[in-house]
Amino acid sequence: MTEPALRLDAATVRFGARTLWSDVNFSLERGEFLAVLGPNGAGKSTFLKVLLGLQRLNSGNAEVLGKPVRRGSHQVGYIPQHHQLELETPLRARDLVALGLEGHKYGLPWVTRRARSRIDELIEQVGATDYAQRPVGLLSGGEQQRLRAAQALAGNPGLLLCDEPLHSLDLNHQRAITELIRSQAVDRGAAVVFVTHEINPVIEHVDRVLYFARGDHRMGTVQEVMRSDVLSELYQSPVEVIEHKGRLVVMGEHSEGVHHD
Amino acid sequence: MIERIASSFSTDNYWELFALVQNSVLTAAVLGLMGGIIGVFINLRRAGLVVHGIAEISFAGAALFLLMGLDVVLGSTLGAVAAAALIGVLSIRDREVSAVTAVLMPFGMGLGILFLYLYQGRTANQFGLLTGQIVGVDDIQTRTLISVAVLISVILILIWRPLMFSSVDPQLAAARGVHVNILTIVFMVLLGGAVAMSVQVVGALLVLALLVVPSAAALKVARRPLIVVLLSCGFALFSAVAGIMIAIMGTVPISPYITTISFLIYVVCLLVGRRQRARISSEAAAAMS
Repeated sequence: MTEPALRLDAATVRFGARTLWSDVNFSLERGEFLAVLGPNGAGKSTFLKVLLGLQRLNSGNAEVLGKPVRRGSHQVGYIPQHHQLELETPLRARDLVALGLEGHKYGLPWVTRRARSRIDELIEQVGATDYAQRPVGLLSGGEQQRLRAAQALAGNPGLLLCDEPLHSLDLNHQRAITELIRSQAVDRGAAVVFVTHEINPVIEHVDRVLYFARGDHRMGTVQEVMRSDVLSELYQSPVEVIEHKGRLVVMGEHSEGVHHD
Repeated sequence: MIERIASSFSTDNYWELFALVQNSVLTAAVLGLMGGIIGVFINLRRAGLVVHGIAEISFAGAALFLLMGLDVVLGSTLGAVAAAALIGVLSIRDREVSAVTAVLMPFGMGLGILFLYLYQGRTANQFGLLTGQIVGVDDIQTRTLISVAVLISVILILIWRPLMFSSVDPQLAAARGVHVNILTIVFMVLLGGAVAMSVQVVGALLVLALLVVPSAAALKVARRPLIVVLLSCGFALFSAVAGIMIAIMGTVPISPYITTISFLIYVVCLLVGRRQRARISSEAAAAMS
């Protein structure tokens, strides 16, 4: 396949008179890892919604694997922000994965033998075999997030979208989920768009950064974007990026609107 | 009081009496099955209070139709479906359903009481709308109740997966192309229908006993989807049918029996569920160490 996993062409989103972001242009090759950063309300989530086909662009184009974005495409996997499932959810771990595979289908809810073996495969892929039969409500946040990764991988996606998948997880689980995304998506040739508040947990995997702030954006490698002069210009106020033992700390003089580490 | 209840019992000619209420038992059984299925989603979506609100507006609809000399089942259905659809639309807008329900509930109840006050017919009919009247339903109504309940159950089974998906994880379901908002409205309309049918058995005040309690009990003890549904249907069916079969021996209305049986089932499940969970967590702890 030669077409890029994702291509944006002068993409713009406005809400009324307010321009959320405009003129976003880039393409993402298969196997590339893009981190999307920026303060709350800068348009990170809307960016994902556009790629999921849940939000229209006001102008410009967005294409996934050479085709215009479409709601419910199997080519696009999605890991939503972690929220703890209800204790009494009437599903086992494997039933949750099954929803990722066939949850959109109407008709008698039989699970075919083929679907069943695919579910087993996905559960093994994310290392959830030990608790495949356990009720999802009794699983930890990290375990539930592994199952969400399995749901996202169900369609063998060419593009994997992650909406702060590490949110509220402890460091061990953050590392495990990141490794999982690396080995099961990136190494299998999927492009990853990873929305996050915090670049450090994923910094070693990031190929490029898309940074949204104040209706504007910057795009480039970590070294090109995560710099004091670039971010100061973007925020239109002094911002300092400090590197400390391989970690990046972004500090604003008026810290409002700048993310904290 | 106990003496009054006990002395009203008589087992003479039980099966002859039973033959008279056969239709009602069958209706209650089918409504129990429907309640068991839809109850799983009611609990999952935390819509218990909404069910109660719909029931009271359904009561107003039934009372209005009684007053106008029209079909009571139709009246309660129109009231329930309209209320359910309205709450569904509002919930999509801002997701704060309980306030809306709490506002609609007393309004519906008040209207219903007004209509009953204006009604000049037999008072037994009036009381029945609030507390259940299944022995009084005629053949045509029985047929209507059963067909609507079967229809609702079949639709629920056919939309099971997308409805479960959007109840558990609406964000992901929407991303996978499930029309979450449309499903919410469809579910609310089905719920309206289910409430209207159940009002005929246990009355507007006690609908929760048939639609919510059985599945709440099932969710305490089971997690496999199929087992939850089977248990929930079994509990609802058992409370409805056993309630009627005990009630016909005496003069006490049916509803107290149905509500007491379903409450007892819930208490037993609650205790069993606690023990289960304690065992699972101790096993998990043992596996970790």
